[in-house]
Amino acid sequence: MDWRPAADLAAIRQRSELLATVRRFFAARNVLEVETPLLCRSGITDPSIEPFTASCDNGAAPRYLQTSPEYAMKRMLAAFGEPIFQLARAFRDGELGARHNPEFSLLEWYRPGFDHHRLMAEVAELVSAVLGERRTEKYSYRELFQQRLSLDPFTASTAELASVARRHLDPGDLSGDTDLWLDLLMSHVLEPQLGRGTLCFIYDYPASQAALSRIVPAADASVGQRFELYVEGVELANGYCELTDAAEQRQRFERDNALRLTRGQSERPVDEYLLAALEHGLPNCSGVALGIDRLLMLVTGASNIKDVLAFDWQRC
Amino acid sequence: MANYSTSEFRSGMKVMLDGDPCSILDNEFVKPGKGQAFNRVKLRNLKTGRQWERTFKSGETLESADVMDREMEYLYNDGEFWYFMEPETYEQHQADAAAVGDSHLWLKENERCDITLYNGTPLSVAPPNFVELEIVETDPGLKGDTATGGTKPAKLSTGAVVKVPLFLSTGEVIRVDTRTGEYQNRVSKS
Repeated sequence: MDWRPAADLAAIRQRSELLATVRRFFAARNVLEVETPLLCRSGITDPSIEPFTASCDNGAAPRYLQTSPEYAMKRMLAAFGEPIFQLARAFRDGELGARHNPEFSLLEWYRPGFDHHRLMAEVAELVSAVLGERRTEKYSYRELFQQRLSLDPFTASTAELASVARRHLDPGDLSGDTDLWLDLLMSHVLEPQLGRGTLCFIYDYPASQAALSRIVPAADASVGQRFELYVEGVELANGYCELTDAAEQRQRFERDNALRLTRGQSERPVDEYLLAALEHGLPNCSGVALGIDRLLMLVTGASNIKDVLAFDWQRC
Repeated sequence: MANYSTSEFRSGMKVMLDGDPCSILDNEFVKPGKGQAFNRVKLRNLKTGRQWERTFKSGETLESADVMDREMEYLYNDGEFWYFMEPETYEQHQADAAAVGDSHLWLKENERCDITLYNGTPLSVAPPNFVELEIVETDPGLKGDTATGGTKPAKLSTGAVVKVPLFLSTGEVIRVDTRTGEYQNRVSKS
């Protein structure tokens, strides 16, 4: 047992400076800092994210520790329409590794009136304010796969994707749908090369990976207006031009739950508060979540997330 | 046998993969913020020695392999098998050429070796890092030549051939690093 912090004092100081920089950045832009609850009645339906559940007294239904502050912040947007940001703790069960700690810090912010490209520009300003000026690169998800793997991610069959993956790595008898192979190629083959010396934004994802972004029809395949930022091979931020349609949001929750059932996972209660807020009306907006611990890893040069956490998962 | 899930994979764990026992060397959790979680696992095939990386979906399981490392005493070779004995139980094990591999060049009777057993049978044999062996054949020693740094081949009692300094002669005992096959020093004069 090791009672001492995992991070050294220099890293703790750098975290403090980073948080001060973030708050200055948003204060100068009149973005309001907010706080939202960590324990809520409904969790996330996403089949690949597992929340922790907390039991409650008196037989009340268990509550979920938030996996991101997204739903609560969207309710504030629907109510007030103001640009907001939050430095929040988020929790994801089972996510433990050199870049993952099950309890972690997220910076999440929302910009009414911004499309995802305008928000990407602001993300680049914030990250440059922390890491120093860096050149920005932008590729659509499709361009990236076409350029680096000579593959069209919107039309390639599962067999084609699997065969390209097998040329780069050994997936054994891995099997799954198109998205599994795209995720594998992205995380194992493409991601490690992205953002070397730059800020690399990937945008406009396959509709099946839209998550909570708006889907717009394109020439041959519709795209989710979602983006990711990669710096030095690390996934740093994920943002959306936000879906504002309550009926479509409910459908996506239901589709998630159907997928959960086919994978042998239990259904999750959908967040009726969020759906009611969308019914009331969410302004057109873009939002993004950025991993503060990973940004701090880039600041300090740490290769393991525990080196920037006072007490990592194994020490608490 | 027990099953291990990807989240339990630890360096040193022995698992069955594609029908062969493998040792886990490293386990990296890889997950996009939105999307499938994977574990990229570095393994060594204990039969072939091959090292490589295999990617699994997180949550997949592998059966543990009945593999254990034992220190044993090398007894003799009968032309086909090499025989080893567990010092506490006197239990004997026979290892074939595939298990012994190049280690036979360094096996000296009554020396302790590390034997990896798979389902109770020797899978690989690791000699001690340093062994002392007698030179059985080499060119005559150049008396007094301890400084020129020249070397010559010398055949040892096990059949191994190593490069030794010019002043050494047949019958002398030398110390060899079995990991590199390099001469270390002279142990005794005949």
